[in-house]
Amino acid sequence: MKILEVLWNIFSNPLFYKLTLTASTPLLFASLGGVFSEVTGVVNIALEGIMLLGAFSSVVITYYTGNVWLGFLLSIPIGIGFSWFHAWASIKWRGNQIVSATALILVAQGLTGFLMEPIFGQPGQTPYVGRIEEITLPGISSIPFIGEAIGTISPIVLIAFAMVFFAWFLIYKTPLGLRMRSVGENPEAADTLGVDVFKIRYFGVLMSGALASMGGAFLSIGEVGNFRELMTGGRGFIALAAMILGNWNPIGAMWACLMFGMSEALANQLQSSPILNVPATAKPLFNLFPFVVTLVVVAGLIGRTRPPAADGVPYEKEE
Amino acid sequence: MNNRVWSFLVPFFSVIIALLIAAVVIILIGQNPVIAYKAMIEGAFGNIQALADTVIKTTPLILTGLAVGFGFRAGLFNIGAEGQMIMGGILATVVGMHMRGIPPALAIPLTMIAGMLGGAAWASIAGYLKAKTGAHEVVSTIMLNWIATYISSYLITGPLAVGSGTPKSPEIAPSAKLPPIVTVGALEMTSGILISILSAVVIYIVLEKTKTGYEVKAVGFNPYAAEYGGINISKNIVMCMAISGALAGLAGALEVMGLHHRFLGTLSGGKGFDGISIALIGQNHPIGIIFASFLIAALRTGSSNMQFVGVPKHIVTIIQGIVIFLVAADRIVKTLLRFRKVKR
Repeated sequence: MKILEVLWNIFSNPLFYKLTLTASTPLLFASLGGVFSEVTGVVNIALEGIMLLGAFSSVVITYYTGNVWLGFLLSIPIGIGFSWFHAWASIKWRGNQIVSATALILVAQGLTGFLMEPIFGQPGQTPYVGRIEEITLPGISSIPFIGEAIGTISPIVLIAFAMVFFAWFLIYKTPLGLRMRSVGENPEAADTLGVDVFKIRYFGVLMSGALASMGGAFLSIGEVGNFRELMTGGRGFIALAAMILGNWNPIGAMWACLMFGMSEALANQLQSSPILNVPATAKPLFNLFPFVVTLVVVAGLIGRTRPPAADGVPYEKEE
Repeated sequence: MNNRVWSFLVPFFSVIIALLIAAVVIILIGQNPVIAYKAMIEGAFGNIQALADTVIKTTPLILTGLAVGFGFRAGLFNIGAEGQMIMGGILATVVGMHMRGIPPALAIPLTMIAGMLGGAAWASIAGYLKAKTGAHEVVSTIMLNWIATYISSYLITGPLAVGSGTPKSPEIAPSAKLPPIVTVGALEMTSGILISILSAVVIYIVLEKTKTGYEVKAVGFNPYAAEYGGINISKNIVMCMAISGALAGLAGALEVMGLHHRFLGTLSGGKGFDGISIALIGQNHPIGIIFASFLIAALRTGSSNMQFVGVPKHIVTIIQGIVIFLVAADRIVKTLLRFRKVKR
């Protein structure tokens, strides 16, 4: 069986696990962003757009400052500012959250394409601006297999996984997290107990902007060092599916992101496998692999998950 | 003011505000918005060729707008018009290629129906999943868009590929091509526009005058009450998605039959996503959607002309995004309009 041999080659190679982690990282940031927003009761399908803007702005900032870390860090307030529009429309003006988020996706697509020419003088793709270097973890890098897989890794990947535990701790172990969850489950009751529903929801949405933006920045200056038009390629929506699969819980979302990341890595490895020798024309078919996995999993498992009760419902304070 | 006036005023002022904000963006990159907008208007209506181009671009937009708008009426958010249009285009191409020797009176409707079936089948997957497992149509239609995109790029570089250069399929049979109404220079203004407008009228009649339309609106308005009233929700969801997908599929078929005469890799080019803007600007009303499509088509045609005065054409996407944003949060516009009359 040729395919078994190919799969064995892929799964026994430590670099495959590194690829999986790298592919999971942008999803992980965006997915945690989705958790923050939806736990407080605001649906945010704009993750795709925020990621795109994060990917672009980090490249622009790096281009002007020459410092990739500055590019990464300063793209965070840009993501926050951009997601503020979604918060403003859906919390203050009680607008349709899905429609408002769709608008942000369009604005992000338009804006990143629009600014490319005035800033870089060329459409489609920016020049290489540099990328965040990988670091070698002392101790771990000398362990066989594991060392080869994660011994040398981008610090952003580590930040992403640290964020999972930060999010989990914040949402489930702190008074703020309790407030967030109560606002998402029953805003009326939370309001009666003196919780500022609007403020907590703004916090949730703005956090989602910060995180999704980091996810986008990893795609550009974390991995390839430049920005291509529409480079997020649907990852914001896969992250959304991961959040649903993970039952609106940071740890659950992490496992789902790892699964999607692995399917992306697997598709990449399969199409470049020398044994399988995939003809160039058939390669597009491998790209649809993660999307098929998402569709099947969302369809198969969603019955067992439950969103926060007030998710997507605008809150109207009684006069 | 009553609802009917608002449903016209909100999108109208949203467009105006969006154009103003876009003007600021144009100033920020150091260009003159007056020159830019003048170029845009000339590019869209300046001469007969520009106008023909605008009408050609309007044709598929009416149908993707109807697809999204019909879904909205049933409470379904069909972001998948993009993928449904691609699948419709593929199926229409495959059927159209085999229509050699068959008279146009048969070949044209068969090819068109193939496109509608392609779109309907693709959308039904999302409808079925929503009805059976509760999978949200936003996530599943987006996944289906990507899957359709990769399938189409596989088909036109692999099994369906002909010639060299840009990936493309073989031409469809002459009998399956839609005859042009008028030919302006190299542009053929196809009779597809008539089919699009006719579709809008049919959807209007279905929604306003039939039992099906009543059920669709009842489900969209309040699914629980509709179910209590004896309407089968699951069946309705699958049917609405299928009709919605058939409209998008027809858009794909008309692009193939009237414009390109073959399947191209860039068939959809965001027209499915444009459908969302159009449905919202047209307030989900079939006749409103015709006008909204013409507006978006004019912005698109005009924006190509704006590139000559140094403004990237992506400005249109920004304008669309701002319009959608303001329609989503329509209270912003309503508050602005009321501000002069009622002091807060």
